Amino acid sequence: MSIAVRRVTKRFGNFVALDNVSVAIAGGSLTALLGPSGSGKSTLLRVIAGLEEPDEGNVLILGEHATGLPPQKRGVGFVFQHYAAFKHLTVRENVAFGLRIRKRPKAEIRERVDELLELVQLNGLAERYPGQLSGGQRQRMALARALAVEPKVLLLDEPFGALDARVRKELRAWLRRLHEDVHVTTVLVTHDQEEAMDVADRIVLMNEGRIEQTGKPRDLYEHPASEFVMGFVGPVNRLDDSFVRPHDFEIELEPNGTSRKAIVKRVVHLGFEVRVELALPDGHEIWVQLSRDQNEYLELESGQTVFVRPEKTTVFEPV
Amino acid sequence: MRARYGLRFAALAYLMLLLVLPVGLVFFRTFEHGLGPFWTAVTDPDFLHALWLTILIALIAVPLNTIFGVACALVIVRQRFRGKAVLNALIDLPFALSPVVVGLALFLVYARTGWFGPWLDAHGIQIVFALPAMVLATIFVSLPFVVREVVPVLREIGTEQEEAAWTLGASPLSTFRRITLPAIRWGITYGVVLTTARCLGEFGAVAVVSGNLIGKTQTLTLHVENRFQAFDLVGAYTASVVLAVLALMTLFLMNLFRKETPRVDSGPQGDEALR
Repeated sequence: MSIAVRRVTKRFGNFVALDNVSVAIAGGSLTALLGPSGSGKSTLLRVIAGLEEPDEGNVLILGEHATGLPPQKRGVGFVFQHYAAFKHLTVRENVAFGLRIRKRPKAEIRERVDELLELVQLNGLAERYPGQLSGGQRQRMALARALAVEPKVLLLDEPFGALDARVRKELRAWLRRLHEDVHVTTVLVTHDQEEAMDVADRIVLMNEGRIEQTGKPRDLYEHPASEFVMGFVGPVNRLDDSFVRPHDFEIELEPNGTSRKAIVKRVVHLGFEVRVELALPDGHEIWVQLSRDQNEYLELESGQTVFVRPEKTTVFEPV
Repeated sequence: MRARYGLRFAALAYLMLLLVLPVGLVFFRTFEHGLGPFWTAVTDPDFLHALWLTILIALIAVPLNTIFGVACALVIVRQRFRGKAVLNALIDLPFALSPVVVGLALFLVYARTGWFGPWLDAHGIQIVFALPAMVLATIFVSLPFVVREVVPVLREIGTEQEEAAWTLGASPLSTFRRITLPAIRWGITYGVVLTTARCLGEFGAVAVVSGNLIGKTQTLTLHVENRFQAFDLVGAYTASVVLAVLALMTLFLMNLFRKETPRVDSGPQGDEALR
């Protein structure tokens, strides 16, 4: 295991940010710590980095005890949501910072920085100041800076959170490729389930200072361990005591014994996806996701009576 | 339109009458009869001693208040503790208190009849009516400037840059030198300029604790007053002009220092333009 967190608890006053959390992160993996705000995911990342001291429990990095070690000695690279660019230093000086602290020879620093700037596609901007870069460029600079010191693990705290949607998507794809090239164990904090599923090969889903479920993105989506997980990783309808994904419904125009009668309230066209909002006879509302082709075949209109049948339902044991 | 011109006229007239005209007149009176009287006044040994003393006090007080001010700002912004609000209010005390009261307060503590008086006397240490009390008084009145200039800058830069430096291996001291200090240097610069101006111009507190002994404990401001009382108007004007020039020189030096270091503005404009 590259990182092992054992029974860590962290309180801020009366607020319990981490409640007896244990997690193991495999070497070379790209793991997402996913959860709503206040779930403790950033605190967990900061505890791993040594930027927060846990009240209880310990952290191991590559098998070595890191608890009590200052962030300087943990061999971690950390990237912040708001870039934490050193504004008075050029891009080159920012990236070289860790190497200069380590007093590496000048020629070596120059070579290494050039290499990294190439890797993050900032080669032409080495002499600029961070204030002259866009948000996406600043974040790539921050990544190069963190990678310069060859960290044992790379920790990213909502790295794309301050960027607009388009740049965020580009950077995600780019991070994925970078990870394939560099292969350093990476932990990424995000509140965006789509981002986590897109980028990570493992997801640790957190809620209220605890881990709800750990697994591959697909496992979390298809075999959620709790109602919270099911609702957080994708849209969900409640039907009596069970839960159904909007794409796990069959809509038919004729009754067939197992289906339920429903009235179409609204049909929303979202390109490939068509969202059909339905009202059941008891007034309960659900929505169903159809492909454009399915909808064209059914020719649904609001006010129409249809028959729905859940194809796959999930039931959770009462807690 | 008329309202706008009216406002502009009012602002400029206010500045002219209260600032430019009086200061200009001092300059005019100083050189009214040519350089001769000016030269006599600036070569007067009492004047030279007062000038030296003023500069000496500033040279002691400004660095001390700068170091203390930065340390104090760090404590106020970065640490949480009981009584922080009291500390915060205490720092503004010199702004609220009249310098004369400050002088009297120091007198009560350090004079021969004061609290520490007998002990100091027994050990042959003279504070009041000597340089130490003058320095103490000047430090007291000019204490808040660096703190008040640095605190908002520290708040604005936050802790992320420092944390980033730690994870890159920089020790706390190295982080302070390489990251924090450059980030707050404009706050410090303005703080130092204001502190220096205040130190050079201090009158009330120093007047009380110095004893105003000509050629011994007389600063430039005291010298101005002394010359004025003695109807030596040229002497008073000359010393005033020198005080003003000293203050202007401080501003000028700071601007020079500012030009030497590159300053790049960051902000949404730069962001958008270069995306």
